[in-house]
Amino acid sequence: MTTQQIQAPFPGVFYRQASPDDPVYVKEGQQVNPGDVIGLIEVMKQFVELKAEAAGTLKSFTAENESVLEAGDVIATLEVSE
Amino acid sequence: MIRRLLIVNRGEIALRVVRAARELGIVSIVAHSEADTDTLAVRQADEAICIGPAQAAKSYLNIPAVLDAASNCQADAVHPGYGFLSESADFARSVKEAGLTFVGPDADIIARMGDKASARQTAMAAGVPVVPGSPRAVESLEQAQAVAEDVGYPLLIKAAAGGGGRGIRVAEDSEMLAQQLPQAQAEAQAAFGDGSVYLERFIARARHIEVQVLGDGQRAVHFFERECSLQRRRQKIFEEAPSPVLDTPTRQRLCESAVALAEHVGYLGAGTLEYLFDEQTGEFFFIEMNTRIQVEHPVTEMVTGVDLVRAMITLAGGEPLRITQDAITLNGWAVEMRINAEDPDRDFFPSLGTVKGLTWPTGPGVRVDSGLYDGYKMPPFYDSLVAKLIVWDASREQALVRAGRALDEFRLEGFTTTASLHRRLIEDVDVKAGAFDTGFLERWLASPASGVDLGNAKPQPDIAKGAINE
Repeated sequence: MTTQQIQAPFPGVFYRQASPDDPVYVKEGQQVNPGDVIGLIEVMKQFVELKAEAAGTLKSFTAENESVLEAGDVIATLEVSE
Repeated sequence: MIRRLLIVNRGEIALRVVRAARELGIVSIVAHSEADTDTLAVRQADEAICIGPAQAAKSYLNIPAVLDAASNCQADAVHPGYGFLSESADFARSVKEAGLTFVGPDADIIARMGDKASARQTAMAAGVPVVPGSPRAVESLEQAQAVAEDVGYPLLIKAAAGGGGRGIRVAEDSEMLAQQLPQAQAEAQAAFGDGSVYLERFIARARHIEVQVLGDGQRAVHFFERECSLQRRRQKIFEEAPSPVLDTPTRQRLCESAVALAEHVGYLGAGTLEYLFDEQTGEFFFIEMNTRIQVEHPVTEMVTGVDLVRAMITLAGGEPLRITQDAITLNGWAVEMRINAEDPDRDFFPSLGTVKGLTWPTGPGVRVDSGLYDGYKMPPFYDSLVAKLIVWDASREQALVRAGRALDEFRLEGFTTTASLHRRLIEDVDVKAGAFDTGFLERWLASPASGVDLGNAKPQPDIAKGAINE
């Protein structure tokens, strides 16, 4: 079983949901496919979607909603499907 | 009389206000977030106070935190800069209720001019032309056609509950109006839960021209106009004063209308009235008022010789306007180039980094308003505007030549900016001729003339929202 750490591609603020009233994009333990949106990163007032690169189970989030990230910070851990 | 001024902003405008306060003998105190402890504004200010975490909602937009800070540092006045809380009537009211001076107009005026419908009503009451349209929502086709007779085609059909370009249709003639109206009403009902639509004249190639005013609550004066038609996604990129397109009688009527509106509401402080100008007919129409200092105020300062930021502080302190209209004259030409930390070849995606090898242009007619310094690390939380390069010369032609010289002197390593884009823009034949409208820049960016690497554009197709401030 391989695990993959999903990292912040650039610094910014991480969001797990599109807006405070929306549900989270992905819950812990949920299955994801490549291209599924995991969260948003806000950088200089632009919002960029962070997407899964592989299929698998999203085991856990290391970054909390609205947390401040540096480039390379681990956001989540993905258990990649065989 | 203001003695201790709390500046609730960041970047170049916080520094601009610090400088004005210093020149007025006022103690400057910069309220900053945890991400902004090492900004040039904080370094240059007499004092600084932290008001919360990096995210603007928790610091620069946090009214209770700002009021606490004002009390803790014994400020007697608050300057909001632009963006953030600068046009919040709630904030202006809270500052006043705390017994402090708000550097800006009364909360009631901010609220009145900040609401599109009441601003339009106010302009009409002051005799200022607004974009012709239906006075209220149109119910029936007969009613719509009667309005169309008065207003003329082409028309915009706008959802009353829409905004930001959503819920708008164009009707070129009465046949299209008959066809589009029921569709627009149904669409508005579905999209916004409100089927009301109103009609407005469609100005195909409008220019954005705005007038700077100062008021003391009774009397107001204007400082002529700025032309801000070069925009991308409604963000101004390049501004100039005066406008290359106005003749003297039109300029006079435009500027006098702005003074009439400012005096009609008893305006206090610095304000800007924005207009659409129809070059084909020579008509201008008021669209909105910004009840604060604006990003592009320096071009007006350069051509009139008046320090607007100092003036707005002394007016807030209760002094009357000392300057008369006939003492304000236009001298030469000024342009402002917004240097944003964005990569024009990557669809203007933010470009972050640490400032290295910084060399500002200097010499005759050159002004730089910026918070950058060597070693400064850009935080990712705020607007991408990092510098304003302002250039003055005796004529527009000379100002553009000097702007090229200044851009050639500018050096910055560490991240990409829009400076290279300006270098190409000012060489464009149409820009040199002053022949543009608000859609020009986006058309130009999509054309080979811009030199923008179109093959590389949109590397981040998922950019959900653009910057919205100013």
